[in-house]
Amino acid sequence: MTDLAAQTGRVPPISGDTSTPDLAHSWSDGRAVANVLLTGGAWLIALLAAVPLVSVLYMLIVEGGSRLSLELLTDLPPAGFETGGGFGNAIVGTLVMVGIAAAISIPFGVLAAVYLSELGPDARLGRAARFLSKVLTGFPSILAGVFVYAVVVLAMGTYSALAGGIALSLLMLPTVILTAEEAMKMVPRKMKDAALGIGCTQTQMIWKVVLPTALPGIVTGVMLGVARVAGESAPLLFTALFSNYWLSRVSEPTASLSILIFNFSSMPFENQIQLAWAASLVLVLIVLVFNLLSRLLGRPKY
Amino acid sequence: MSDHPFALAAPRGAVSQAPSGPEYIVDRGFRALAWFAAALILVLVAYIVWKIGGQAMPAIRDYHLDFLTGSSWNVQEKRFGILPAIWGTLYSSLLALTLGGFFGLTVAIFLTQGFLPARLAFLFRLIVEMLAAIPSVVFGLWGIFVVIPAIRPAANWLNETLGFIPFFGTSLSGPGLLPAAIVLAIMVLPTVAAISQDALNAVPYRTKEAAFGMGATKWEVILKVMVPTAAGGIFSAMVLGFGRALGETMALAMLIGNSNQLTLSLFAPAETLAALLASHFPEAGPVEVEALMYAALVLLAITLLVNIAGIGLLTITQRKISGKA
Repeated sequence: MTDLAAQTGRVPPISGDTSTPDLAHSWSDGRAVANVLLTGGAWLIALLAAVPLVSVLYMLIVEGGSRLSLELLTDLPPAGFETGGGFGNAIVGTLVMVGIAAAISIPFGVLAAVYLSELGPDARLGRAARFLSKVLTGFPSILAGVFVYAVVVLAMGTYSALAGGIALSLLMLPTVILTAEEAMKMVPRKMKDAALGIGCTQTQMIWKVVLPTALPGIVTGVMLGVARVAGESAPLLFTALFSNYWLSRVSEPTASLSILIFNFSSMPFENQIQLAWAASLVLVLIVLVFNLLSRLLGRPKY
Repeated sequence: MSDHPFALAAPRGAVSQAPSGPEYIVDRGFRALAWFAAALILVLVAYIVWKIGGQAMPAIRDYHLDFLTGSSWNVQEKRFGILPAIWGTLYSSLLALTLGGFFGLTVAIFLTQGFLPARLAFLFRLIVEMLAAIPSVVFGLWGIFVVIPAIRPAANWLNETLGFIPFFGTSLSGPGLLPAAIVLAIMVLPTVAAISQDALNAVPYRTKEAAFGMGATKWEVILKVMVPTAAGGIFSAMVLGFGRALGETMALAMLIGNSNQLTLSLFAPAETLAALLASHFPEAGPVEVEALMYAALVLLAITLLVNIAGIGLLTITQRKISGKA
C-alpha cells in the first residue's frame, strides 16, 4: 500500500467502513417513529389549546350577539323579574374609570420610563424601580382593590368611580412603564448623542428626540395597559361597587361592565344571563379594539 | 451667562449654543421630576405593604398564627381561619400550572421550532395572545355555562366508578375545584407560552445547527438541546405563571364554589384567598374586614415572594444567555 502511494503519489483510501450511512427515513428506526409521533402529539396539543378561544368566541357571538340591540346601550339594568333593559350606564362607567386610570398612569409611567431608560438605567434607583415594576405586573388585581379600599374608600367614606379609576391605574402603571422604557431604549444611541452633541440639555434631547421617536412604542404600551385594565373586575368590586343609575359624579358608586357580568352571572333569571353574555361581547370588543389599536399604532419607525 | 462652563466652547451666535439659564433650570426640574416618578414606584410598593399590613394589624393581634391554621370562617363567633383558602389557592394553582404549563410549553415549542410556516405561526401566536386578552369575568361566565356542563358527566362517572380514590371522592354538582383549575389553566397558558417562546428564541441558532449536524432528529434537538438550554427561562415562565394563578380572582370566585373546606377531591367546591376576598369583602362588617385584611396580607406575601423569585430567575438566566455580566 505505502509503496503504491509512494509510486503514484496518491493518498491511500480510508480504511474501515466507508459506505454512505443510510439517510433515508426508515420506519424500522425507533428514533424516526418517535419523531413522527411527537410531531403528531404537538399538533394535537396546539390545536386543543386553541379550542377554548374558539369556544369562548362562539358563545359570545351566539349568546351575546342574539341579544345585541340599540337599547342595550341606552337602557339601565333591569331589576329581578323585569324583561328588556340594557347596560348603558355600565359602558359609560367602564370608559370613565379606564379614562381616570389612564390619566393617572400615563404621566407617571412615562416619566418613570424616562428615568429608567435615559437618566439612570444602571443607577441603583433605576434597577430597583425596574425590578419592582416587573414584580407589579404580577400583582394580584384583587389586592389593588383592597389597597385602594384602605386608602381611598375609607378616607372618602364612599365607593366611587374615582377610587375605581385609581385601583385600575395601579394595574396599568407597570405595563406603561415597561413598554415605554423598551420603546425609548430602541431609539438609536446615535440620535441621542447627536442631540447632546449640538448642545441640547438632556431634557431637550428627551423631549425633541427620544419621546417623538419612541411615541409609537409608548402608545402601544398605553393601549395594552388600557386593554388589560378595561376587562378587570376584581379591583372594582369594593372600590367602585355598582350602581343601577347613570353616572352623575365621579364621587359616587359607579357601574362597570365587568361587575355587571359578575352580578348577573349568578342570577336565576334568563333575562339577566342573556344580558351578561351581551355585556361580555361588548367588553371583549372594547378590549380587542384597544389591542388592535396597540398593534396598528405601535409599528416602530426604526 | 459668561461664567457658564460651556461659554468658551460654544460662543454666542455659533450653530450650537450652550444652554441658557432657563434651559438649565427646566433641565434640572424635569430630571428631578423623572427621578421622583421612578422613586414613586418604590414608595408605592412599600406603601401597599405597609397599608395592608397596618389594616391587618388588629386581626394579627387578635388571631395570631391560629388564623393560618384554623379552618372555620364564622363571623358571629369571631372565629376566622384561612387554612382551607391557602390550601385551595395552592392546590388549584398547582393543578392549573401542571395543565397550563404543559400546554403552554408545547405551544411555545410548536411556534418556535419550525412546525408552521411563518404566516400560520403568526396567526397562531395571535390566537394565544387573544386568549390572554379575554377578561377574567368572561372566562368565569364561560366556565359556568360551558365547562361545568361539559365535564360533569365525566366527573360523575369517575366518582361512581373510582370514588374510593380521594381525588374523585365527591360528585360534581356545580362549581368546584376542577372546573376552576381548567379555566385557570387556560388563563396561565398565554403567560407560560409567551415567556417560554422568548427563552427558546434566545438559544443561539448555532447550537441548534450543531445538533442537527450530528444527525439528531427534530425532536431529539428539541428535547435534548433546545429545552435544556432554555430551561432557566422556561422554569421562570412556570414560576411567573404560578404567580399569575395564585392571584387570579374573578373566574375563581365564580367557579370554585366558595366553600371553606379542606378537600382533596377535584370535584368538591373549595375556596382560594383571592376568591374569599372577592366574595366576602363587599358585604363584610368591620370585624370581618380586619380578618379579610389579614388574608389579603397573606396573599400579598405569597404572590410577592413567587413573583420576585420568578423575575429574579428570569433576569439571571437572560444575563447568562446574552453573555453580559
